[in-house]
Amino acid sequence: MGGALRARAGRLVVIGLPYLWLAIFFLLPFAIVLKLSMSDPVTAQPPYAPVLDWRGGPGHWRNFLLSLDFENFETLWGDDLYWSAAVSSVRIALVSTLLLLLVGYPIAHGMARAAPSVRPILVAMVILPFWTSFLIRVYAWIGILKPEGLLNQVLLWLGLISEPLSILNTQTAVYIGIVYAYLPFMILPLYSALERQDPTLLEAAQDLGARPSKAFWTITVPLSMPGVIAGALLCFIPIVGEFVIPDLLGGSDTLMIGRTLWSEFFSNRDWPLASAVAIAMLLIIVIPIVVYREIEAQRWEPRQ
Amino acid sequence: MSGRLSRFNAASLALGFAFLYLPILLLVIFSFNASQLVTVWGGFSVRWYAALFRNEALLEAAWVTIRIAFLTACVATLLGTLAAIALVRYGRFRGRTLLTGMIYAPMVMPEVITGLSLLLLFVAIGLDRGFWTVALAHITFTMCFVTVVVQSRLLTFDRSLEEAALDLGATPLRAFLTVTLPLIAPAVAAGFLLAFTLSLDDLVIASFTSGPGATTLPMRIYSQVRLGVTPEINAASTLLVGFVTVGVTAALLMRRAARAQADF
Repeated sequence: MGGALRARAGRLVVIGLPYLWLAIFFLLPFAIVLKLSMSDPVTAQPPYAPVLDWRGGPGHWRNFLLSLDFENFETLWGDDLYWSAAVSSVRIALVSTLLLLLVGYPIAHGMARAAPSVRPILVAMVILPFWTSFLIRVYAWIGILKPEGLLNQVLLWLGLISEPLSILNTQTAVYIGIVYAYLPFMILPLYSALERQDPTLLEAAQDLGARPSKAFWTITVPLSMPGVIAGALLCFIPIVGEFVIPDLLGGSDTLMIGRTLWSEFFSNRDWPLASAVAIAMLLIIVIPIVVYREIEAQRWEPRQ
Repeated sequence: MSGRLSRFNAASLALGFAFLYLPILLLVIFSFNASQLVTVWGGFSVRWYAALFRNEALLEAAWVTIRIAFLTACVATLLGTLAAIALVRYGRFRGRTLLTGMIYAPMVMPEVITGLSLLLLFVAIGLDRGFWTVALAHITFTMCFVTVVVQSRLLTFDRSLEEAALDLGATPLRAFLTVTLPLIAPAVAAGFLLAFTLSLDDLVIASFTSGPGATTLPMRIYSQVRLGVTPEINAASTLLVGFVTVGVTAALLMRRAARAQADF
């Protein structure tokens, strides 16, 4: 009896502790963001109308609910700046994801073709920069891309250009930075999809007379589609909310929604509006996840 | 697919890894540059490292960062491991879907949103921002990574040993401590190092949740980088990269040891 009681207590602790932690530090803050996105800004410290006062009783709660409105969302909806930030974020994320696929696929393919004993080392070599300071990896590109930077020096020395290119603080620099920083996110899922493929399929295709390029496009690529989708999502989602890369490598004209949220919060100190931007950003991110899950569900359904 | 690298495969591997490593390598090389001009080589020198160790503000930030990362890693490892056990061992308990969601959501959530939402929580409950709020925020987002690492180890783990201990009369806690924990220890250690590294590296969440007197190293580096590239920051970056490289290599080796053990 004592043992059973102890087992139940143990179970309560094991499930309860992480549960409680995440409820307090993940769910609750999220509810506050949602609530604040519907509140009005106030010039005070902290700069917004008070949070719900629990002591007020039902009448007070009703007033609180009535005070909520979608004014901040209307502001976002009606303002061209936020629209162009959202559109530009999605566009940058889409183009970057495509570039990442183009750069990542040959690398993942090469890794999957390498000798089995070498593959774990190659995987470790992809993971290593992925855990190396994000900020520093982005910072490293400033020294390379700036007008008197290393890239321009090399290009001038090779005689390919006659005067320095200005790449830093342009959209190009943002794309280079994103592709560089997110490449491991793309390579790893592609690699795990490619590595699982049965080599005899390609051999069969070749025995039947298919040229290697044809075998690649009709067998390797379609079979790696789950990896392509996973990699694309893993990159697309965080790129939409990216702040550091457009801030350090982009110019003042590089609009991204993560940067908008940051400046709305730190420079304009409009916390309710920043919260509304956060909710809008989440919606942009949640849509591809839902679409992906739908596709997955349809893919698996016939087999079950 | 093995052992038949085409010329195209070899070229893409070479170019790909050059692309991944060259920028960091250049940074490391130029941190030993004697010249004040960051991109002109003026001979080998460690003067920027000397300057770095005289830079009080940067050292102070580094010390704050290491303390936060250590505290974060300890608590996140405990909570993350508990969550992994809950998900793997307690099957379908009520609210399991919510817990799974709360584990995966912070990993894909843009950092600006995580940072903003935690800051709003701290303001709402009237907690002064500083060392502790950054640590709380870091524990929350790193514990999820610990859970994923430990969970994958628990899933491949032979339960019969644990059951044998229980059959022989060990209490569940004792069975866990003497049988399960030693077997999953490499994964737990890898999770610890991951949490440490992630905390060490975070800029965005720390910027939102930090207050006066608790400026972390990435925050300090970021504010200096915005003013331009300096050899001193190159030196600081090199040290940080070295630190992380050692940590990650250790984590990878431990996971490998864990897998080798699992094969027996």
